[in-house]
Amino acid sequence: MTDHGLETYALTKRFGRTTALAGVDLALPRGQVLGLLGPNGAGKTTVIRILATLLRPDTGTARVAGYDVVRQPAEVRRRIALSGQHTSVDEELDGRANLIMIGQLLDLTRRDAAHRADDLLARFGLTEVGGRRVAAYSGGMRRRLDLAASLVGRPQVVFLDEPSVGLDPGKREELWQLIRDLGADGVTVLLTTQYLEEADALADLITVIDQGKVVAAGTPAELKHQVGGHTVTVRVTDPADADRVAALLAAVTGRSPERATRQQLAVPVNQDDDFFQITAQLRDQDVDVSELSLRLPSLDEVFRALTRPATVAPTPQRP
Amino acid sequence: MTTLTHTVDMSPRRGARWLRHSLVLARRSLAKTSRNPGVIINGVVTPALFLVLFLYLFGNAVAGTTDEYLQYLFPGILVMGAGLTGLVSTGTNINIDLKNGVTDRFRSLPISRLAPLLGSVLADLVRYLGAVVILFLIGLALGFRAQGGLVAVIAALGLAVLFGFCLSWITVLIGVTLKSAEAVLAFSFLTFLPLQLGSSLATPTVSLPGWLQAWVNINPVTSVMDACRALLNGTPAGAPLATTLIWCAAIFVIFCPLAVWSYGRRDM
Repeated sequence: MTDHGLETYALTKRFGRTTALAGVDLALPRGQVLGLLGPNGAGKTTVIRILATLLRPDTGTARVAGYDVVRQPAEVRRRIALSGQHTSVDEELDGRANLIMIGQLLDLTRRDAAHRADDLLARFGLTEVGGRRVAAYSGGMRRRLDLAASLVGRPQVVFLDEPSVGLDPGKREELWQLIRDLGADGVTVLLTTQYLEEADALADLITVIDQGKVVAAGTPAELKHQVGGHTVTVRVTDPADADRVAALLAAVTGRSPERATRQQLAVPVNQDDDFFQITAQLRDQDVDVSELSLRLPSLDEVFRALTRPATVAPTPQRP
Repeated sequence: MTTLTHTVDMSPRRGARWLRHSLVLARRSLAKTSRNPGVIINGVVTPALFLVLFLYLFGNAVAGTTDEYLQYLFPGILVMGAGLTGLVSTGTNINIDLKNGVTDRFRSLPISRLAPLLGSVLADLVRYLGAVVILFLIGLALGFRAQGGLVAVIAALGLAVLFGFCLSWITVLIGVTLKSAEAVLAFSFLTFLPLQLGSSLATPTVSLPGWLQAWVNINPVTSVMDACRALLNGTPAGAPLATTLIWCAAIFVIFCPLAVWSYGRRDM
């Protein structure tokens, strides 16, 4: 038996004429967090539904916690938990009753289920609203309850389908911390997301999928290296400085910057040190800058970089 | 952070797990009904309206007096109450669960695929019982006299509830199969008219034109109503009772496995 928390081999799934998955391979060691990154319709949810035994793959195999999802679904269900894209708690019951119900379905006595519910409510900061109907919960509270409901059975593998969709940044941070705690507890986590930032913040490994196929896989560092890491954006106050800055950026990074507007230039950097060099040289050359930033590539940029041959766009020459 | 204040035994318990899980889910369904008792009200108010309307519209014409007509009409209304409660609750509740993700969680838990459906239907049993008892009290208030004795009354109420239970599995199948709760409701009401009204509810079968008589005679609802009427009025109930039990068994044996099967294969 392998020591993989989950692994899939050549997974395919069609819905009518639509190919949802066209051969997906995944491998994740126990206790690690895998970020499954891709745009809407890439097949992320289909992967999760197959691994959670809700959907049968057309071909290929998938094992979760060492058990085949098609041949041993009962063994898999005993070890997994699913936290959906859409909230999967009962709106008409209160939060505590939701958790108690799950506990009883997992064969706890009512008393033990109540204890487990109270522990989880406390851990997720929901003790005070435990007696309130879920329909009255805020988005963040609901998401936390959903995650708590997933943990009632102490699962070995947890699936989180777009866990932070619709949360404001503060609540998202809060949720991220809870997900990190799962990893620290030795739980294997598969989370899907549309945001590189989220995968980067949480995942040990990232697999990028698009149109049902794996486009790239690796650690966040490997992946960022593959797509050119961070991007430096410079907005000059005076458009007349733009050419001078373009030359400066090209000299430091060895790439031609892209010009979004007459005043704004962007260039991918490979080493963190590049940013400091750029800052230093801008100061030395006394360029007046209205914006200067270092950011991760957007998902668009990642896909462009991963799905197209790596050519350096020529800088448009302006008269 | 992860320190737990309670030690909890997580090892699986023995026994009829599917039954225990069904009861847990039935309690969930009833908790929702107690917060939103509209379903029972619907199962009581609609039949009660039919009762009062038919009684005073047709009573004198059909039976000579409203008192006499009440003895004929009321048992059928009880059956309608049981049938109607299931019609609006089971199918729509299951359909709503399927859409909002709760079902995904149930289906990814190590519980029998039967449990969520059986839970819902068991909760219905309690709701039917509620509806039927309230209706019976309304009937008594209007002057209905059960001449068959207490045992016969219990048997009649039980028969109505049993029939509702078997009918539930049809609505479960509809709830699992159709796309939206609105469609489930619309479909259910389409079946309501021919099944509940196209029966011996309001007038004895013999007075109907031939084509309608043919339908009414094969309609299982007719035999349930006839059996309840015979039991409550203290007349021989053997034949309709036997037909009713055969219908109940047939509906259950066909639709329960079909509903569970299509619930299990949804998406699979």
